[in-house]
Amino acid sequence: MVMEDADAPHHLLLLRNFMSQGVVHRQPVLFASPLKDPRAFLGTLPSPVSLSKEHRQRDTLVDHNQQDQEKGLRIAWQYKKYFGDQQSSQIHNRDVKQEFSNDFDLRKALERQHVQYIESMSIQDIPRLTILRDRCSNFLSGLPRSDGGNLSAGRIAIQSLCAPQCGYAEMDWDLVAFIRFLRSIIRSSNVVAVVTFPTSFLSPAFLKRWQHLADTLLSVRAIPDEDKDMAKLLTGYQDMLGLLHVHKVAHNNSQVPTVLEASTFSLKLQKRRSLVLERLNQAPVEASSGTSYSTSGTCSGPSKGSSLDF
Amino acid sequence: MNPSPPPPPPRDPDLLEEALGLGRGGSPPWRLAFVEDCVETSGAFVLHHFLKRALSTEGDGTVVFLGLAQPFSHYDRVLRKMGCNLSVQRNKNKLHFIDLLNLEFLDEKGENDREIGFMDLYNRILRSIEAIRSKDNNGGWTTIIIDDLSHLEIAAHGSVKHVLDFLQYCRSLTSEMDCFLVILNHEDIHSSDEALQMLSHLDYISDILIKAETLSTGIAADVHGQMTVVIKDAPGGLIKKLHSFQFKVKENGVEFFYPGSRF
Repeated sequence: MVMEDADAPHHLLLLRNFMSQGVVHRQPVLFASPLKDPRAFLGTLPSPVSLSKEHRQRDTLVDHNQQDQEKGLRIAWQYKKYFGDQQSSQIHNRDVKQEFSNDFDLRKALERQHVQYIESMSIQDIPRLTILRDRCSNFLSGLPRSDGGNLSAGRIAIQSLCAPQCGYAEMDWDLVAFIRFLRSIIRSSNVVAVVTFPTSFLSPAFLKRWQHLADTLLSVRAIPDEDKDMAKLLTGYQDMLGLLHVHKVAHNNSQVPTVLEASTFSLKLQKRRSLVLERLNQAPVEASSGTSYSTSGTCSGPSKGSSLDF
Repeated sequence: MNPSPPPPPPRDPDLLEEALGLGRGGSPPWRLAFVEDCVETSGAFVLHHFLKRALSTEGDGTVVFLGLAQPFSHYDRVLRKMGCNLSVQRNKNKLHFIDLLNLEFLDEKGENDREIGFMDLYNRILRSIEAIRSKDNNGGWTTIIIDDLSHLEIAAHGSVKHVLDFLQYCRSLTSEMDCFLVILNHEDIHSSDEALQMLSHLDYISDILIKAETLSTGIAADVHGQMTVVIKDAPGGLIKKLHSFQFKVKENGVEFFYPGSRF
């Protein structure tokens, strides 16, 4: 679950990446949003980053054995494509080149032919949450099974649950019951759900209830522009969009808590196209004055003897 | 014919067991314990600790476990790493696991009927205890473990009255059926003004409070949190004794130690 920031929609970056990854990995995706027309949001899903020229050149140097193996796999895939399970959903049968990617280009939208297979629904002013519950249940029951009988993976993305547009102002217990229901149905499936929610519309007690129900709990925060103090404190501040904080990490089937080396990351756009998370680096502090400088400069050498330039 | 190897000597009680007055095996000297935790530090490991202790060969206990937060497979895998096979214990009738992951109190019309729902749940617990007692475990003691209270509140749709009534019925089992009750509660949910009634009642009915919380400096690789055990002279009474120590949760158990004693 992702706690949204009231000032900036950075949670949408996470949702976009989550859904695009599901599409390119050929996993069914269900998207629920308080927008009147959720499909408009699907038009902003990023496309996988194209292979760079360097990667293509590297590929040509692959030895013949590996090329033969890959050729064999491509042929096998062709057989599976034409003679595979007839009950597979459209998402598996469509004539789409499958890629496995975690790197997406935010400047380039996912092609329309990919996006059309995402199930979407608007949760704005739906009278009862049972409608959303039923939709999630139907989505899970409609997931295709592999040859071994296992359910394929699926993704549920719910944007801004409990936002005022949803019309759930007096339905605190129904909302928390829905989250509990969602949690229980995905426990026995191969589905992952990402739910974002604005925290300011929940009372402190219910906020804690939502946080306890989450397996993994994140929060996103905007950072102010042109904050000189922040610029002095953090390296690369000017490239940051916001901050992502990890409050809790799932530890299903284990009692050991996950202790992260860092729990706060910066959200950045790499080359203005790919969302990356980076650990925060504190700008080095000048020992004598105690002030910090944001960019690493040249290290001055010792006062005696020859100076060292880096 | 080679003689069978002698059983391993019973291990010394850890700091938590000492604080709770639990010797080497044997029933607890109290009836109702609340385990409190928060978002930052889960107290579920304490339940696993009680579960393993009750089902160990040293103890003579049986368990009725109300699994509201996780499926049976989760507890099974966690306890296996701790050296306890829940599936075997279930087959031996030492563990009754009541799967309540999808608990909802709905009547025939699909509407919420909490009264009947809680009554049915209480009867299920009662039948489990009777089933355990009907077998060969006459000399043993039964622990009822509830993981966790917040899910009961959700199923009750926020009705404090129904949840407290249910807890009162469960507490009555501690005297009528000679059982022990361990309940996990998220303290930070009930620390706001709107939940004071629940919190004060939980304090009233409990003998012992086990609190798991983070250190003020946050979680570390070697110290996952600190634990406070509050022993009362009577349910809802004054504090008789207070124990405080730190802990580190591992896959095969938990280490309890006093601050500064590990280095």
